[in-house]
Amino acid sequence: MELNQFLILSAFIFAVGVYGVLARRNGVLVLMSVELMLNAVNLNLIAFSAFNQNINGQIFALFIIAVAAAEVGVGLAIILLIYRNLRSPDLDQVEQLKG
Amino acid sequence: MLNSVWIIPALPALSFVLVLFFGKRLPKRGAEIAITAVAASFIASCWAAVEWIDRVNAAEHGASIGAFFGKSVMFSGEGGAAVEPVVNSVTWWQNGGIDFGVGTYVDGLTVMMMFVVTLISLLVHIYSTGYMHDDRRYTWYYAGLSLFTASMLTLVVSAGTLQMLVGWELVGLCSFMLIGFWWEERENSRAAIKAFLMTRTGDIGLMIGIIVLFFAVGSFDIAKTNAYALNGASHHDILLVASVCLLIGIMGKSGQFPLHTWLPDAMAGPTPVSALIHAATMVVAGVYLGARLYPVFYEGFSIFNGGINMMALVGGITILVGASLAFVQRDIKKVLAYSTISQLGYMILALGVGAWVAAVFHLFTHAIFKALLFLGAGSVSHGGTHHSFDMREMGGLRKKMPITFWTFIIGSLALAGIFPLAGFWSKDEILVNAGSNGFELFLVVGLAGAFLTAAYMTRCVYLTFFGEYRGHHHPHESERSITTPLVILAGLTIVAGLINAAPLGIEKFTEWVEPTTNFPDLVHAEFDAPLAIISVSIALFAIGVMSYFLFRREESSALKGLTQRNRLARTGYTLLERKYYIDYLYENIIVEGIREPIARAMYWVNQNVIDALVNLVGRSAVRVGRFAYENIDQKGIDRAINASAAEFGVAGGELQRIQSGSVQRYALYIFAAVGAISVALFVLSVA
Amino acid sequence: MTLFDEWALTLAVFLPLVGMALVLLIPRGQETAVKAVALITSLVTLGVGVGILTQFNYGKARALQFSVNESWIDVINSRFHLGIDGISLPLLILSMLIVPLCIIYSWNHFPEPHNPKAFLALILLLEVGMNGTFVSQDLILFFIFFEVVLLPMFFMIGVWGGPNREYASIKFFLFTLFGSALMLVAFLALFFTSKEATFDMVRLAQFGGSGIDHTTQLLIFAGLFLGFAIKVPMFPFHTWLPDAHTEAPTVGSVLLAAVLLKLGTYGFIRIALPILPDAAEAWAPWIGLLAVIGIIYGALCCLAQRDMKRLIAFSSVSHMGFVMLGIATLTSFGINAAVFGMVAHGLITGMLFFVAGSVGERYHTREMGRLGGLLTQAPKLGWILGFSAMASLGLPGLAGFWGEFPAILAAYEPANLANGLFGTSNLVTFRSFMIVAAIGTVLAAGYLLWMLQRVAFGKPKPEFEATHIHDVHASEWIAWTPILVLIVVLGIFPGLLFSITDGAASSLTKVFGG
Repeated sequence: MELNQFLILSAFIFAVGVYGVLARRNGVLVLMSVELMLNAVNLNLIAFSAFNQNINGQIFALFIIAVAAAEVGVGLAIILLIYRNLRSPDLDQVEQLKG
Repeated sequence: MLNSVWIIPALPALSFVLVLFFGKRLPKRGAEIAITAVAASFIASCWAAVEWIDRVNAAEHGASIGAFFGKSVMFSGEGGAAVEPVVNSVTWWQNGGIDFGVGTYVDGLTVMMMFVVTLISLLVHIYSTGYMHDDRRYTWYYAGLSLFTASMLTLVVSAGTLQMLVGWELVGLCSFMLIGFWWEERENSRAAIKAFLMTRTGDIGLMIGIIVLFFAVGSFDIAKTNAYALNGASHHDILLVASVCLLIGIMGKSGQFPLHTWLPDAMAGPTPVSALIHAATMVVAGVYLGARLYPVFYEGFSIFNGGINMMALVGGITILVGASLAFVQRDIKKVLAYSTISQLGYMILALGVGAWVAAVFHLFTHAIFKALLFLGAGSVSHGGTHHSFDMREMGGLRKKMPITFWTFIIGSLALAGIFPLAGFWSKDEILVNAGSNGFELFLVVGLAGAFLTAAYMTRCVYLTFFGEYRGHHHPHESERSITTPLVILAGLTIVAGLINAAPLGIEKFTEWVEPTTNFPDLVHAEFDAPLAIISVSIALFAIGVMSYFLFRREESSALKGLTQRNRLARTGYTLLERKYYIDYLYENIIVEGIREPIARAMYWVNQNVIDALVNLVGRSAVRVGRFAYENIDQKGIDRAINASAAEFGVAGGELQRIQSGSVQRYALYIFAAVGAISVALFVLSVA
Repeated sequence: MTLFDEWALTLAVFLPLVGMALVLLIPRGQETAVKAVALITSLVTLGVGVGILTQFNYGKARALQFSVNESWIDVINSRFHLGIDGISLPLLILSMLIVPLCIIYSWNHFPEPHNPKAFLALILLLEVGMNGTFVSQDLILFFIFFEVVLLPMFFMIGVWGGPNREYASIKFFLFTLFGSALMLVAFLALFFTSKEATFDMVRLAQFGGSGIDHTTQLLIFAGLFLGFAIKVPMFPFHTWLPDAHTEAPTVGSVLLAAVLLKLGTYGFIRIALPILPDAAEAWAPWIGLLAVIGIIYGALCCLAQRDMKRLIAFSSVSHMGFVMLGIATLTSFGINAAVFGMVAHGLITGMLFFVAGSVGERYHTREMGRLGGLLTQAPKLGWILGFSAMASLGLPGLAGFWGEFPAILAAYEPANLANGLFGTSNLVTFRSFMIVAAIGTVLAAGYLLWMLQRVAFGKPKPEFEATHIHDVHASEWIAWTPILVLIVVLGIFPGLLFSITDGAASSLTKVFGG
């Protein structure tokens, strides 16, 4: 197995995540896309770790998984509040940050 | 007693405090305290006098006087042995290691002055119970009298010149308070201020004279000062400067020409005050100073040389100026005031011609008969004219007020120098000494003064007591509290002169009063019978001539309307009427000059130059600041800042659009930026 | 060295500060509490002063006593050095005495806009500055206390003052601050040029300017001179004074006249003369000249006044001229006279301002042309005015005389200076000053009696005939009696004060051969 194969897969997953974050309107899907991006990073870390005989990368991956879980928790809560206030999960309507 | 004479001024001082704080609550409104205190002082003074006379007698009879023979000790002719003054002194304050004492210096002169001051003061106190009875400030009046008596006695017993200055200024203050006693009237307060300012002008001289002597002698002590003046070393210049300065002080206090004009105005005060302060005691403070520091003047003015010296000259001019001005007065008190000036001139003249005993003797007799005359004038206004002193409202009071009349006549004759009343002996002694000491010019002046004195007193007596009554009241004799002092004083006037009646072989006054230590060796002229006869004749002649014109006024058309007809006479009269224009010079030119233009100008300078400069600095600082603010700060820096701020505002407006509020848009930016950065890094790393 | 000896001066300076803090803590509504705390503080401070008076060793009045010398700002070698000798003591006591009297006087009539809390807090702060200045023995410490005084006075004039108060307060503040700035520069110059880099006055006085070259000394002295002369104030730096006095509230005027002006003259005696004796000798004739100009000039300006308070303010210029003349002679006589003059002027002019304030309060005007007949309407007040006027014109037997006469006396024989003014010898110069100063006493009598005549004598003017004029209030009696008594006591027993100052003055002038 080549390292490149892992990296290409990871890049692909990341690109899918980016697309999802930028293009999807549904907040839940945006959140899921963020998860995709994180997992792409995880994949990268583990691959490098395995090829470089260095355990640090895997430890980082474990951290990121934990943080991602927390992030999903917070993120879903926010989306739930947005839904309650706006009666829609559509993120285009969330413009309160407009300057 | 001679060692504790401090009690004599202390008693009236205590009385001042008591009357001031508790007087109003007492049954007699404070008068009882004041009279008791001054009576006690009088008794103490008499006691001191007796002890002093004992001391003199003891010394003469060779008892217990031993070792006073120092370089500075001089002997006067008669006495024989020297009689040391009794000096007591305690430290008052210290400065730079030098002690400044306060204490008492008692010799014959002191004792005599204490006697005169307490005597006149006591009589005036008694007199005032009747005269001032209905005054609204009766209590305050007695407080003032007490303070005055205390101050004058402090001056008299002083052991040092500085202490004398204190007493000197305090009597000035009392004089101020009592001249302005009825301060509701502007005229009275004006007179009071005039008196205070003029005497204080003289005090410049006194102060500087004292300072000059202090640095020469190294002490304010009177005994040391006199010893210094006589010790023979050559410091004539210092003594001359000191004498001139002190003489200026004397001129102010004793009403000598040209600082005499306050004295007639001082008659604005109550009459007993005029008698006490402005005739008998305070005004002689100057003469007293001259007598006390006589060695300084004697050496400073070289009096032993004869001829003319400043002191005799001042006295001589004052005699003539005072006597001539007394002629044209309509107010009886002003006649007496000018006569006081003239008589004080005699005393200063006497000091100036080396007739020390005569000067002091004249001080003594004058105090008695001038107090008598003033109190008599007060009695006239009290019983005769209801508080007017204008002689045009008097006349014919001889029958209505017999006691006042006869005592006044005695006083007038004494003043005119008629044998054998007090004034004759003292005035004669002045004249005879002036002649024998080589001051012939002043002998003539003195005789001229005697003529004038007799003449104006005749006029005064005539206008007051003879002719028809011209007032609008019902004249009656005054009550006993007023006439008793008059009678006592009249009695004294008759006998007082005999104490030093040379032709009768009595020279007790000389013996008791003249100092025998630290004193120049004066020559005592013998009694000169022809001169005495001449001077009495001159006085009688003046009385006769004056009476002739006055009693035969109707017939004597020669004088009537003289001032209308004769230009010279008119000029002379106007000159006298205007008091030789001296007052005009002082009040209208000097005082008004200082108060109006000079003070105004100074203040103008203050406001418009100095303060304006300060304000200018302040204002220009503000102006510079404003300029800097407007042109540099506002138009320069601030504009630049504002401009850039505006630019940023515009830019911000543009940038605002990026801020869409859409999270996804933001994410896009982030990714775009990350992408851009990645590309950049890649390009850079490749390059 | 007892505990009291160690702490007395510190207490004297900082007790009022504690009092001020307490006053500020009390809520504004409780006026009585505020007044009580302020009064008690000032009285306790005065009590400390009385303690100092009893413990003071009069035999060694020339030496510093009650010394405190702790390290303070090590970086610049400035120490917390307090101490008093015979010259500081009378002034310290004067300041401690005047403050409680002022508080008592204002007990029931605070000037508009009322607010006793702030007013009393400022008075206490003022006392900190005044007491501190008189006990400091370190230049930096001195400077700080000297400046602390400015602020409360600025606010007193600016807030409680008359119609023109803003102008007056700002003029006062800027004028004195200008002087202080030069003074500070002079202090720094001393620090850098003297043998040892120190701000300690005692050390600097020991060096006596040795090691500083003559021109530098002259310049440093000039800086000190300006700082102090403005505070005195000497002609021609006096113009802030009449404005400040006229606009200040009564108590402010009293404090200004009684104590603040003395900071300047005290500075001359304590700092300028001993630290730079050579320069002092060179400048002395000029100081004397300005002093006698001030005497005559102030007196003449008095004669042109219409406002009573303004007249008294100008009389201060004249009287401080005598004090400065005494100092300029550089003799022990002169310095003694100057210290006596300061105390006497503090009491007498303070008293005159009290009376002027009370008259103004009763008639609502101080214009002399409209007043008259005070003696008829309020006899006691009138007599007190007359008494104070007499004291002020230097009547012997009252305190004012002992400030004037010895100063004139000292001018007859000044210290041995190299030369006088305009090519004359110093004797000729100072003797001319003496004569001019003596003429000044006559002018003083002139303007004071003139004021007395217009205010107290005569009959009341028609506009006030019907007005009821209350005679002296109880609070006024309490505040004034100590001053009146002191004026008499010091006048009769001048030795009380001269014995304190004499030792210190003699040792101070030894360097001038006086």
